[in-house]
Amino acid sequence: MAMKILEAQNIIKYFHDPVSVQVLKNINFSVTQGEFISIIGKSGCGKSTLLYILSTMDTDYEGMLYIEGKSMKKLKEAELACVRNEKIGFVFQFHYLLNEFNVLQNVMLPGLKLAKYNKQEVEHRAFEKLKILGIEKEVYKHPNQLSGGQKQRVAIARALINDPIIIMGDEPTGNLDKKNSEIVFDIFKQLSEEFNQTLLIVTHDNEFAARTHRIIEMEDGIILKKD
Amino acid sequence: MKTRLLVQISYSLLMARWKQTLVAAIGVTFSITMFITLLSFMSGLNDLLDGLVINRTPHIRLYNEIQPTKKQAVELSSEYKNNHNFIHSIKPKNELQQIRNSGAIIQSLKKDNRVLGVAPKINLQVFYNVGTTDINGIINGIEVEEENRLFFFKDYVTQGNYIDLKNISNSIILGKGIADRMLVNIGDVVQITTSKGERVPMKVVGFFQSGLQEIDKIQSYTNITTAQKLLGESNAYVTDLQIKLKDLKQAPFLAKEFASMYDVEAIDIQTANAQFETGSSVRSLISYAVGITLLIVSGFGIYNILNMMIYEKMDSIAILKATGFSGRDVKKIFIGIALSIGVFGGLLGLFFGFGLSFIIDNIPFNTAALPTIKTYPINYNPKFYIIGTIFSILTTYFAGYFPSKKASKVDPVVIIRGK
Repeated sequence: MAMKILEAQNIIKYFHDPVSVQVLKNINFSVTQGEFISIIGKSGCGKSTLLYILSTMDTDYEGMLYIEGKSMKKLKEAELACVRNEKIGFVFQFHYLLNEFNVLQNVMLPGLKLAKYNKQEVEHRAFEKLKILGIEKEVYKHPNQLSGGQKQRVAIARALINDPIIIMGDEPTGNLDKKNSEIVFDIFKQLSEEFNQTLLIVTHDNEFAARTHRIIEMEDGIILKKD
Repeated sequence: MKTRLLVQISYSLLMARWKQTLVAAIGVTFSITMFITLLSFMSGLNDLLDGLVINRTPHIRLYNEIQPTKKQAVELSSEYKNNHNFIHSIKPKNELQQIRNSGAIIQSLKKDNRVLGVAPKINLQVFYNVGTTDINGIINGIEVEEENRLFFFKDYVTQGNYIDLKNISNSIILGKGIADRMLVNIGDVVQITTSKGERVPMKVVGFFQSGLQEIDKIQSYTNITTAQKLLGESNAYVTDLQIKLKDLKQAPFLAKEFASMYDVEAIDIQTANAQFETGSSVRSLISYAVGITLLIVSGFGIYNILNMMIYEKMDSIAILKATGFSGRDVKKIFIGIALSIGVFGGLLGLFFGFGLSFIIDNIPFNTAALPTIKTYPINYNPKFYIIGTIFSILTTYFAGYFPSKKASKVDPVVIIRGK
């Protein structure tokens, strides 16, 4: 039996502005090592909200969240930042690369922050990750010199730099055309199959979801189907 | 390692907006430059004006004032104890202005280790004879070398050599004002009438200029022995003892002590020249106020630029936080930006401030009132540079603190969801 790396118990979330609305109603589910999961659902069903709670960035919720068996409820802001740094990799709809830095530096930033390896080693690892994603030729370019698909691949490399236990994606293909979406999906698939990387991707692209190992379907703040 | 990473991020953000940050840094540079220059100039001017008075004024002056006895004999008498004394308008008895036992007092003062030196002086009322006219005047009989050591006599002798006063008998150094009125040159002989009616020829060996015209029109200097001779007194006759202390601040306290110890009148410099102290401190206060205002204005400039930078960099802040940088790290990054603007601008400001002071220091400034001054006065006190550095760092820190706090509070979820 593979290890549970992330577990959500009775997660409840309200939005208070302008009126109190319950967006998540008693969410229970867990992620085991090596799974490739997609969360689908209509716009406003709470799937992104759930992802931000699971990612520890949103701390305003009820219920329990465990990452590698450890409760995230009582941790301070700086400790949560460390958890995100070490254990979670993010890919968003928008690439969020820093234009002040080149591709290599962008990928290295979370690695340097973790400081588990020295600068040369982090640089070497960043090269490796970029090679997996097939953009090792663009390392010294700045993000504004890259195409949309390339930027998203750099963002994935950045998510991978600290060997996170899970990669979370919030509509990572939402801004990409068909061809680039295909490339990104292939990368995820490769990561899952070759490197046994756990992935949790929010999407509204049913075609994308259909090709993942497990689909979680949400509607109006509850999970309809967990497979 | 971690700090180095934050510094590197600060540097990159800074360089990405280098024109803006340069403008902010120039603001700091300008204010520090003006701060340094203003204070150096103002304080140089203060020193100059204080020097006019303080260098030349004894810290304590001992003298003997001719006044009626405070307790009249009739009041001391037990026989008339219950009677009312209605005698008024009492006159002083015939008494000399001299300080009694001056030799012993000088000896004792010179042994006192709080005293830097003592210079005896004789004040002499005279008339300068110009043809048939007599001009009122005062001659100071001084001990030339001691006067020069303690009160920089040489600096005020604008023509002639001050030491001739000691070496040539019956010589006089005339005030510039009186010399002009008498139309004399160095080497000429002038006629002086003493208060006792004696007429004495004296040789002019120099002119002095104090910077205070009223004094230059009346006063002249001669050797103390010549003065004694003019008065027909012994060489123990001294009317004033001018004391210079090691610590100026002790003057009021020591004046009282000396007055009771030697049974003479004593006046300290603080009491005699209270208005100069006030003038100096108000001038410094104004320059500090202007300097600090300039710095605060430049602080607002930095505040604005950082605020704009934070709005611009919202996305970057959000992703830094999402990938594991804590609020404190983000705050450090932005404070780092503010401080580097402050330090860079401040250092440049110190440098320019010194340069500008140096230029002012070399601008010719000639005035008849101030014979020793050739250029504008500047005080290169390192204190101003230290204060300037501290203030530039403090204001930029506070200017950076509030925007940085705002940056540290950015909620990445709000930013990322908004896209």
